[in-house]
Amino acid sequence: MPGLEDLYREIILDHYRNPRNRGELAVPPAHRVEGFNPLCGDEIVLFVEVDDDGTVRDIKISGQGCSISQSSASMMSSAVKGRTVDEVRDLTRAFKAMMSIHESSLEKDGTEPDDDLNEVPDVKLGDLEALRGVVKFPVRIKCATLAWITLAQGLEETAST
Amino acid sequence: MAMTVPDSIDVTALKRDFPLLTGATMHGQPVVYLDSASSSQKPTPVLDAMQDLYETTYANVHRGVYELGAKTTDLYEAARASAARFIGAPSPSGIVFTKNVTESFNLLAYSWGRANLSEGDVVVLSTIEHHANLVPWLMLRDERGIELRYLTMAEDFTLDLSRLDELLDGAKLLSVTAMSNVLGTLPPVRQLADAAHATGALVMVDAAQYVPHLPTDVTELGCDFLGFTGHKMLGPTGVGVLWGREELLDAMPPFQGGGEMIRDVRLDGFTPNDVPWKFEAGTPPIAEAIGLGAAIDYLTTIGMDAVRTHEMQLTGYALQTLRDRFGDSITIFGPDDVTDRGGVISFAFDGLHPHDISQVLDQHGVCVRAGHHCAKPLMRVLGVGATARASLYLYNDESDVDALADALDKSAEFFLV
Repeated sequence: MPGLEDLYREIILDHYRNPRNRGELAVPPAHRVEGFNPLCGDEIVLFVEVDDDGTVRDIKISGQGCSISQSSASMMSSAVKGRTVDEVRDLTRAFKAMMSIHESSLEKDGTEPDDDLNEVPDVKLGDLEALRGVVKFPVRIKCATLAWITLAQGLEETAST
Repeated sequence: MAMTVPDSIDVTALKRDFPLLTGATMHGQPVVYLDSASSSQKPTPVLDAMQDLYETTYANVHRGVYELGAKTTDLYEAARASAARFIGAPSPSGIVFTKNVTESFNLLAYSWGRANLSEGDVVVLSTIEHHANLVPWLMLRDERGIELRYLTMAEDFTLDLSRLDELLDGAKLLSVTAMSNVLGTLPPVRQLADAAHATGALVMVDAAQYVPHLPTDVTELGCDFLGFTGHKMLGPTGVGVLWGREELLDAMPPFQGGGEMIRDVRLDGFTPNDVPWKFEAGTPPIAEAIGLGAAIDYLTTIGMDAVRTHEMQLTGYALQTLRDRFGDSITIFGPDDVTDRGGVISFAFDGLHPHDISQVLDQHGVCVRAGHHCAKPLMRVLGVGATARASLYLYNDESDVDALADALDKSAEFFLV
């Protein structure tokens, strides 16, 4: 049976208690995008500034949410700052793959899910690996992916303007 | 004060009627069920009534000439009569079976609303409503250009009635909750209804949280329509009620079209059935309605006065316990006095997010709701994204409240190192 420590790793609690890149950026040059989790009421507002050469120059986060959504957003902000938009897309795909529920991981309750990341870009997730335990708590997956889905939407909007 | 009177319900004995409460476990722990405002657990007589129906009697209603069909129809219509008696309705014909309260509101907005409201007409709601009493009216506003006005919440979590007459001026409908699913607040429905009627407006009451917990009499409440749902009052999911004054229902056009709701169909038109069947298109939730009837019988045997007394005592104990043990660390969103509120206790705790609290509580077998409770406008008024909510029912006792408090201690230990 998965326990609380599977979900709330120390690094997650650290990002929750000391969130990185909290705040807002001037719009423009930054782009502002909002995300909602309609089930729980979590709200996230991202400010993302992309250079002409396609690099995420800066990112800030405001809004409110649980420790999982806040720490995921905090870790995401650290991970994407200074990366190119293409790199961020790869990272997002890798993260979402980690968050997808594999049947095998549900059957083997309490064990690590199989690494079935063949079609997923070979990206190091680093600290974000700490969120792997969230898949054992399916109702919380949306908390972890909220910031990422919102960022993907924001980058799409930036690209189309 | 309430603590000195003996409890009106023997919870230990009553819990034996609820197989889940005595038999189920969560993470290896006994279940402490504090989420009845979301959905209640079911007693054996309700489960048996539905099982017996399927095993001994079941056929479709209002169709079969054969004995099974006739018997099932009798049981289905008997459930309607039980529902009418339970809310003091003058006749079973005013009881329309719906899917849930949400459908009751949609029926009203679609049928009565489209027949009676046009551009500029006013519907008065409040800011503490459940989405079910907001979105159907917002949809009608977008479609018809009606005007929506809102009673607001006062500092003490009651409705601010200081502008009531002004808001009701020229209104066609007042639609309000009889008990907030977030705050537990019990708005003064009779006073609101009298004020609305004085200006010529009709009154719809969201009684989803009221009918399961307080003795209900639609004549005393003075409303014209009232909605409630089976699954929050020990019955199954899939069946709810819209009660309406018969002459109003009679004058309303049908909601959905199809079988059951017609008297005659020609290729060039149709004649609708009488109320209430006019609003029950297609095969209805037969076993569910019969299950609801059994739930009503169960609650009637215990007595709704006893249910209310028990819940007031337990709510008082819960408010006291949470304040004594957590002091400034806990913020309770709702009235202080148990006579002004039901057993729905929403709270913020130590800056922890409700999801995180609920996750720790889950590990200790404690079921509470964490979220916006389908009342996002109210969350904005309260200045929070979400709350944790413990809700009490007749099968809860002080040990459940103590288990909640103990589990909250664990949440604080876990997160606030």
